[in-house]
Amino acid sequence: MTQQSGRKIGGPLLKVQGISLSFGGVKALSDVSFEIRQHEILAIIGPNGAGKSSMLNVINGFYHPQSGTVTYKGATRKQMQPHEAAEQGIARTFQNIALFKGMSTLDNIMSGRLLKMKVNFFLQALYWGPAQREEIAHREVVERIIDFLEIQAIRKTPVGKLPYGLQKRVELGRALAAEPDLLLLDEPMAGMNVEEKEDMCRFVLDVNEEFGTTIALIEHDMGVVMDISDRVVVLDYGRKIADGVPDEVRANKDVIDAYLGVSH
Amino acid sequence: MLYREAGQFKASYAADQAIFPIAQDRVLMAILLVVAAVVVPLTATQYLYTAILIPSLILALAAIGLNILTGYCGQVSLGTGGFMAVGAYTAYNLFIRVPELNLLLVLLAAGAMAALVGVIFGIPSLRIKGFYLAVATLAAQFFLDWVFARVPWLYNYSPSGSVGVPDLYVFGFPVITPTQRYLFILAIVALMALVAKNLVRSSVGRAWMAIRDMDIAAEIIGIRPLQTKLSAFAVSSFYAGVSGALWAFLHLKSWEPAAFDINRSFSLLFMIIIGGLGSILGSFIGAAFILLVPIFLNQVPPALGIPLSTATISHLEFMIFGALIIFFLIVEPHGLARLWQIGKEKLRLWPFPH
Repeated sequence: MTQQSGRKIGGPLLKVQGISLSFGGVKALSDVSFEIRQHEILAIIGPNGAGKSSMLNVINGFYHPQSGTVTYKGATRKQMQPHEAAEQGIARTFQNIALFKGMSTLDNIMSGRLLKMKVNFFLQALYWGPAQREEIAHREVVERIIDFLEIQAIRKTPVGKLPYGLQKRVELGRALAAEPDLLLLDEPMAGMNVEEKEDMCRFVLDVNEEFGTTIALIEHDMGVVMDISDRVVVLDYGRKIADGVPDEVRANKDVIDAYLGVSH
Repeated sequence: MLYREAGQFKASYAADQAIFPIAQDRVLMAILLVVAAVVVPLTATQYLYTAILIPSLILALAAIGLNILTGYCGQVSLGTGGFMAVGAYTAYNLFIRVPELNLLLVLLAAGAMAALVGVIFGIPSLRIKGFYLAVATLAAQFFLDWVFARVPWLYNYSPSGSVGVPDLYVFGFPVITPTQRYLFILAIVALMALVAKNLVRSSVGRAWMAIRDMDIAAEIIGIRPLQTKLSAFAVSSFYAGVSGALWAFLHLKSWEPAAFDINRSFSLLFMIIIGGLGSILGSFIGAAFILLVPIFLNQVPPALGIPLSTATISHLEFMIFGALIIFFLIVEPHGLARLWQIGKEKLRLWPFPH
């Protein structure tokens, strides 16, 4: 692993402690604790059904765990609605793309800035003065993101018409538009070919390095995980079985057993 | 050849975000406004006003309202007729009880009251979607129909249940002849259409569309679903309320609750489906289309020497609307407005293939 220049991994930004989550009789997560440190890239890995996506859903308020706490920026909370998580600077992308299909790329990314747009309803209705200035100011920010992700050509295209790889990129753009402190990426490289994966890795690393954004990502491609992440958390059947730098995790016996199976 | 945007460079984001970024569209719109405001009043006949222009403008306003709710925010409503009735009866009661009130204020109050009622009936939308929400708004329609037929105070104890208004004045100017009424309605509808366009292209509109396209993702980026849906209900019902008041005061002049029954709600829904969901232009096209088809069926076959009875014509009307709705739902869910868009796209390149 190469340590990027220009960023310092700090103290914990988010800490989950003793999270247990079940749906009826199905235990999705049991007693999971780990932390996400400031400015790091944390990978959450594990076999299918290990509870990785559930973990992200707990962090941004979709699921409310039966027990355990989430401490974010020093404040502990038990339950929170997704829009509150957004207000506190947590943005995410989804495993199966959750874009607004009827809207253009530009509008999708602009919608990521909704929380930052303060002009009241009546001025918007007139599209006058402050309302227009605000639109243009945010458009400038969005254009920088469009440049960064190299999607200038599809600005005005409805996202429903875009190929899969570009949709993933637009979704990343929408998450970035919120200028998050913590970015949760749920399988950002799923279903991509090698070139697309390389592009996406570069974007993730650039975001981390340029904006100092803390990133937690779920990924199945071990090559990618070992290359770009600072630390790795491994889940299996809803339990945490390993937590450490990539080389440690790679050598961990439980992890090898979880992935390769073990003879009983 | 004429519709070509080559050479029109946008040097600022303001220019790129204009409602009509292409010069030819701006010219077309200006011509349309001049025709509507100057040429029509000089040439139109009484029949053209009362049978086509006035009703289609007023219904287009209600269709814009419904389109904001259904086309932009994705919440199906069958209660538009009821919200129009709220507007009409609010205006009526204000008019007879506070006669010195300016007509514009009466219209504003009609819209505000309809918005309030719309928000109340919109509350279930947080929990229920699609068909189930449609049924909840259907309940609003029936409830409001019942209120305006059964609460005597609301129709001023009129023995027949029907109410009416005398000649109207705004700022001392009469709004009596068809031309005067037409110009007054045109001004209001044009202004409110512009406001609707502004709303849907700014952050309010993006929040509505986000809720429509994927409510889970909308929540993730910080949109509050309840507030957003209720704001769509409020704006939509405001438009319906103003339109209802105009329909009652300036088109019907005397009316009873049946003027705003479930059929009105359905025909407005047909207008936005045929005209184009999620399109302000589509609301106008849809309203005009739904109004013109019956007139066309009434006048063209006799003129061609094909005798059709009135009953046959009204049956034909149902068949044509039914077929068209199915056609549009399957082939072009974005309606006539989308066909217009596609036409413009083709025209940009014509006569070249690429």
